[in-house]
Amino acid sequence: MNAVRKRDLTMLILGLVIYAVLQGLMSAGFIGSFWQLNLILIGINVIMSVSLNLINGYTGQFSLGHAGFMAVGAYVGVVCTSNFGLPLIGALLAGAAAAGLLGFMIGLPTLRLRGDYLAIATLGLGEIIRIVIMNIEYVGGAAGFKGIKHLTDFTWVFFVMLFTLFFIKNFVNSTHGRACIAIRENEIAAEAMGVNTTKYKVMAFTIGAAFAGVAGGLFAHQFYLISPNSFTFLASFNYLIMVVLGGMGSITGSIAGAFVVTFISAALAAWPEFRMIIYALALILLMFYRPQGLFGYMELTNLKPIKRVLDKISGK
Amino acid sequence: MAELLKAENVSEVFGGLKAVDDFNIYINQGELIGLIGPNGAGKTTAFNLITGVYRPTTGEITFDGQSIVGLKPYQITQRGITRTFQNIRLFSELSVLDNVKIAYHCHVKYGLLESVLRMGRYFSEEAEIEEESLKLLKIFKLDEHAYEVAKNLPYGAQRRLEIARALAAKPKLLLLDEPAAGMNPQETHELMEMIRWIRKQFGLTVLLIEHDMSLVMGICERIYVLEYGVIIASGTPEEIQNDPEVIRAYLGAETIN
Repeated sequence: MNAVRKRDLTMLILGLVIYAVLQGLMSAGFIGSFWQLNLILIGINVIMSVSLNLINGYTGQFSLGHAGFMAVGAYVGVVCTSNFGLPLIGALLAGAAAAGLLGFMIGLPTLRLRGDYLAIATLGLGEIIRIVIMNIEYVGGAAGFKGIKHLTDFTWVFFVMLFTLFFIKNFVNSTHGRACIAIRENEIAAEAMGVNTTKYKVMAFTIGAAFAGVAGGLFAHQFYLISPNSFTFLASFNYLIMVVLGGMGSITGSIAGAFVVTFISAALAAWPEFRMIIYALALILLMFYRPQGLFGYMELTNLKPIKRVLDKISGK
Repeated sequence: MAELLKAENVSEVFGGLKAVDDFNIYINQGELIGLIGPNGAGKTTAFNLITGVYRPTTGEITFDGQSIVGLKPYQITQRGITRTFQNIRLFSELSVLDNVKIAYHCHVKYGLLESVLRMGRYFSEEAEIEEESLKLLKIFKLDEHAYEVAKNLPYGAQRRLEIARALAAKPKLLLLDEPAAGMNPQETHELMEMIRWIRKQFGLTVLLIEHDMSLVMGICERIYVLEYGVIIASGTPEEIQNDPEVIRAYLGAETIN
């Protein structure tokens, strides 16, 4: 078996071990219901930040409407389970398809824009999605969708997260991912090297949107109620903070960012008056001393000591 | 000899300025052609017209017998024309090896699903790309720097990397935009040898823009001279050196009092 495949297997086993440990701690009662909920939120946020990182960090297209795609996935998902009696997996797939399709349709015209202009356009689109949902009575309008079945649990979130991480990792390590990274680095040179830049920008946007839809589906089935107010542009900013804080163009970074942001806001839940101050201070300090984020453009698995261990395990 | 590239009556107008006017060139299979001219003559504009960055206002460009007017730059690359840039445009934050690997993009056959699931042709093709990239880097004496970040390379090495990257896309016609810019005479001489060698090795046709006359006169078989967007002379290096129009363009006309 070749080394790359063995390394994938090593990572997969490592993931299973982490799952077993966390699940064991939960069953044994060492992790209370508050932290159980936060573990689920961390998982959902990892899916959100890694999919946003594909658009912002790897392809270099500044998108600010990620919560909009999450909303589409969430609402399509709950309609599937509540009104059509589909199982959770069907709801997640339908949510992914709907959000992906919307991402594709929105991406085609807007990805002609660059930098700040694209950011503003996607910000607007995220808000449009939210306001459209707010005006659809079928899904509860501004009051939100009530009586959602509680179908999400830690196992679902963990394995969907693992799938997402492997999907995006494999994507960015292929010629398709390299094409996206080339666009980020120098669009003119990428085009001159035979990369269809429009196609790959739209592809990254579509994949990112589809995974945001999956995260939305998981999010909706965790709580008994979702409302359009869960998906404002502040939520999009929150995911952007995870990506920037963790590190652009790094999967390890997305995991770290989602973990740190979720953990800080949960740990400070008891002192709501200080929460935003400490949160803001942490961000300012990080941007001062580590502007590229915790893991900007690098992976934990590429750090020398860890790489050595991994190479040894995979017999390289 | 078969004609590889032909531009007929091509012109490009920016607002009221005719950057290139009635541009006619032909390049035969296997030739090494130079395009020279004073600053602002329209040499790079001509490159941008051939590679699809600009669409000609009028005229026709054919490559391998087919029109390439109106194609996007990436489509022209897929047809077999690649280029380097006057101001180096590397993927500067990526490793030297990744810079070259990206250029194999249009020759990769495995699809999105195969890359995400790591099945089918993914492994065999990726291994092939890696092997070929390293081979190319070796030719350009960059193999020792394969895992360094491209922006950290010395200037001359960055220029070589740009040529290596252009070759990785397996072109039939290679366009070099001032490959020797900023190089010292020693480096220029080495570059000259290298261009000669890769042309033979890869069976390439080369069109290059250059200001360094020792390089142009040393390796080009035919030369076109542009001035104010118009071709004022063409021919072998000897003919060009003795052409009164060219001397006038470069040195100014002789005035007799």
